[in-house]
Amino acid sequence: MNTIVITIISLSLIGVLAGVILFLIAQKFKVFEDPRIDDVEAVLPGANCGGCGYPGCRNFADSCVRSENLDSLFCPVGGNDGMVKVAAVLGRAAVAKEPTVAVVRCSGNPDHRMRTARYDSAPTCEIASGLFAGDTACSYGCLGLGDCEAACDFDAIHMNPVTLLPEVIDEKCNSCGACVRACPKKIIELRKRNKKDRKIFVSCVNQDKGATARKACSVACIGCKACQKVCEYDAITIENFLAYIDPVKCRLCRKCVEVCPTGSILEINFPPRKTAESELCLTEISPN
Amino acid sequence: MSATNLLTVSHSPHEYTSESVQKIMYRVLIAMLPAFAVSLIFFGLGALIVTAVAVVSCMLFEYLIARFLLKIKPSLWDGSAAVTGVLLAFNVPSNLPVWMIVVGSLVAIGVAKMSFGGLGKNPFNPALAGRVFLLISFPVQMTSWPKAVESRFAYLDATTGATPLGILKEGLKNGQPVSDLMKDLPEYSQMFLGNMSGSLGEISALALLIGGLYLIWKKVITWHIPVSILGTVVLFTGLLWLINPDQYADPLFHLLAGGIMLGAIFMATDMVTSPMTPAGQIIFGIGIGFITCLIRIFGAYPEGVSFAILIMNALVPLIDKYVKPKRFGEVRKNG
Amino acid sequence: MKAFRKGGVHPAENKISTGSSILDLPVPGLVTVHLSQHLGVPAQPVVDKGDSVRTGQLIAKSAGFVSANIHSPVSGTVQKIEPVPDITGYPKMAIVIEVKGDEWVETIDRTDTIVRPDKLSREEIIARISEMGIVGMGGATFPSHVKVSVPKGKKAEILIINGVECEPYLTSDHRLMLEKGEEILIGAGFLMRALPVDQAVIGIEKNKPDAIEHLRKLSSGYPGIRVEPLKVKYPQGGEKQLIKAITGREVPSGGLPIDVGAVVHNVGTAFAVYEAIAKNKPLFERVVTVTGKSLAKNANFKVRIGTPISSLIDAAGGLPDDTGKVISGGPMMGRALPGLNAPVTKGTSGIVVMKANESVRKTVMNCIRCARCASACPMGLEPYFLMSLGDARRWEEMETARALDCMECGSCSFTCPSNRPLLDYIRIGKTNVNRILKARKS
Repeated sequence: MNTIVITIISLSLIGVLAGVILFLIAQKFKVFEDPRIDDVEAVLPGANCGGCGYPGCRNFADSCVRSENLDSLFCPVGGNDGMVKVAAVLGRAAVAKEPTVAVVRCSGNPDHRMRTARYDSAPTCEIASGLFAGDTACSYGCLGLGDCEAACDFDAIHMNPVTLLPEVIDEKCNSCGACVRACPKKIIELRKRNKKDRKIFVSCVNQDKGATARKACSVACIGCKACQKVCEYDAITIENFLAYIDPVKCRLCRKCVEVCPTGSILEINFPPRKTAESELCLTEISPN
Repeated sequence: MSATNLLTVSHSPHEYTSESVQKIMYRVLIAMLPAFAVSLIFFGLGALIVTAVAVVSCMLFEYLIARFLLKIKPSLWDGSAAVTGVLLAFNVPSNLPVWMIVVGSLVAIGVAKMSFGGLGKNPFNPALAGRVFLLISFPVQMTSWPKAVESRFAYLDATTGATPLGILKEGLKNGQPVSDLMKDLPEYSQMFLGNMSGSLGEISALALLIGGLYLIWKKVITWHIPVSILGTVVLFTGLLWLINPDQYADPLFHLLAGGIMLGAIFMATDMVTSPMTPAGQIIFGIGIGFITCLIRIFGAYPEGVSFAILIMNALVPLIDKYVKPKRFGEVRKNG
Repeated sequence: MKAFRKGGVHPAENKISTGSSILDLPVPGLVTVHLSQHLGVPAQPVVDKGDSVRTGQLIAKSAGFVSANIHSPVSGTVQKIEPVPDITGYPKMAIVIEVKGDEWVETIDRTDTIVRPDKLSREEIIARISEMGIVGMGGATFPSHVKVSVPKGKKAEILIINGVECEPYLTSDHRLMLEKGEEILIGAGFLMRALPVDQAVIGIEKNKPDAIEHLRKLSSGYPGIRVEPLKVKYPQGGEKQLIKAITGREVPSGGLPIDVGAVVHNVGTAFAVYEAIAKNKPLFERVVTVTGKSLAKNANFKVRIGTPISSLIDAAGGLPDDTGKVISGGPMMGRALPGLNAPVTKGTSGIVVMKANESVRKTVMNCIRCARCASACPMGLEPYFLMSLGDARRWEEMETARALDCMECGSCSFTCPSNRPLLDYIRIGKTNVNRILKARKS
């Protein structure tokens, strides 16, 4: 009986002593932080994806609290709704941004773009691009090794094993930009999201002269300017034999898609066209 | 360039040595053959059964865990599971029941190796982890040692006796001086050949030395770990023996008795669990020698090599962090 | 016998073409001369589309201090100046010349007679080296006039001529030493005057006893120049390892050979310097070893730069059916080619054709922590550690682990029993560390 009493008392005393010591240490070494940082962090998605440009949600929250306004701060995962919440916590005005989505600008699957070498090194795009321009005839095109897929924290982009090209799942993508940064060929771009996820874009980044580009890939942009001539909204620029459609100016009229001789311009999620006379008329509902 | 033959593009270098993990493991197996042969000579049937069961169960567990639990491609024939099996067998007595050997293999492969990620990822020597698990779980069976030669055709019913270290520890506890106890122990020449009680692989210093020299010749191991372990043991025990020869046995006895030769040549030199630099390896070896002697002389167990190696395995990441190789053109801060 | 101590490996020598004397390769029909034939800023063209050019005429001018002139290797018409894929497949600016005949600039002395101009001053020698577009012929293509311009505050004490040729298969330097030994010594003399230093050592690996013997005999006529035979160990030809073997000094991490008073030039560079000064000949051709176990003819060709590599393979009997890889350079540090259309440059020391069964990387296994890579690294680094940092993208820690000291010799990947692609990851580590350093500076 005695041993049990002694045990209980001594262990309790040790526990109380330890608790007091811990409390004192916690007080002595306490780091003062603005309590609003916790509040802001609580309304953030907590993915720590780095899409905001800061290392982690807590750092972003810290920056929000410190800065005078939220103009240059945006969390792509939370989006406009998320920033409204942050603004509410801090009592400041929220800035709305155009929602964007990642778009892969290459359609060079093995049918269109011949394989010209066999790559045999560590299977990452970064390592391959440091070694050579790629195992295909086009020195600008997608390497197919999936650095974009590995970089995505949201399961929104996957490599298609048949086409050897990445495919974005629009619903899951929240424009954090990780895949854009991961691609050494700069093929992926964040473009403005449209109604019904419709897209029109030039699916090519080849800057070689038209004949060289066409020889490399049958759906390459040859810089013929046919699209630019037909665009009524001044949305298309041609530089280095490559056309580019400004996503903000584009009104999705689809005229450029009709005239593109190689089929390099893609229209995604549009209904099929009524008249189907022209062979050049392409109605693709899905990429590639 | 023919139409069907595409050129291969890869980073340099484009030539490689013919070395492989498999070749290294098979060399270790060859190096263990002399000790295995001696164990057959002195322990016969028991040695055969124990080794066979250990090797088969280790390889089986590695295959099953890789294929069904971890769902990775099993690399069964790289030889590492077989080496673990033989080393586990070398560390147990030749009359250990089959089911205990299987449990030991499961702990060695499943817990100590695969749960950390497979080959190359384990911090602790798997065979030793299995052996220590068995020792702590089944102390009686793990410390009943069959007598050499007598137990050749027996397995579970072999006649048992104490190991030289066991005799020494008990005797010293009872107050007998070392000189008295030496009469009960085999001649050093017999101990060198292996004619004494002990685990399967530890008995013959000669066979182990032959294996060790083979490994050094084939550049599988370097001299740093074995020499620093054995050197430390000789220094430590030698010092004590010089001070009081009645209380402490001489260094040669300590080298021939117990598992220090097996540990120094085969267990501590496991590349996965030992330091990466020669200087680090010497620190590692000194630590093992020191802790072994502490346990042997002042601790409760008669033999301490297994524990010493496992403890030093835990310190290897620390050693690797602070002991780095000397760089070419290293610029010293003070000019 | 001297050698560097730390690290190193012993790949099979395979010096199949060592007995083939240097042959002139006929001039091709079209040459592609890239504007970046050297380390540093690419040269700027001084000709236009449609211009006629003669062999040896200046076609592109050095565009900075670390840059070099480029001279036409052929006579003909400039067809176009536009990006053309180089050996990596990336399109880079090049001058493409349609060949007609082989008319040389008159000032070039085309005879083989040995000439020994001795009235040139130090400044004149450096100016001539710069004017003639001489760059490092060992493969690094560093502009030579920069190397012989010793910066203020540093002093050159010894010139080392690199005749080591430690890469397997390559024999161009060996043949050059046997056939143009006198010229190399005169060229070394010019370099000695330019630095200036009064002693030069020619380092040669002992697997070339005829070259050692030949140059030893010749060097008795050149006070200050001696030959040092070296143990065969890769990478003895790396300049830091060579300096260590010959002088015992270690170039400090992040430093240059001049920091320990040494300047290293390849035997090919010394020969090019002789031709530039004694023969008024700019650098537009070089010896290229074309070799491979299955090739019909293993040879050392004298090739005009800009020649498509396919011409060299054709001259060697065509690409064998069992080809797996074609390498520009040697098998340890060379680049595997995606195709044969790329042109020879000033830095192409050899073309090695490897069989398909020798060109496959084996399955990658886990690191077994054997530390063979760390033992093999001549720079004392820990490749297994650098690879795991690179895989985890921890670039700042790679900087601390001195990834930039890596000379990319390939000894680590060569020796790994688990077939791990160590150098692949160390390379992207170096790229990213350099990117971070550049960002930090700005």
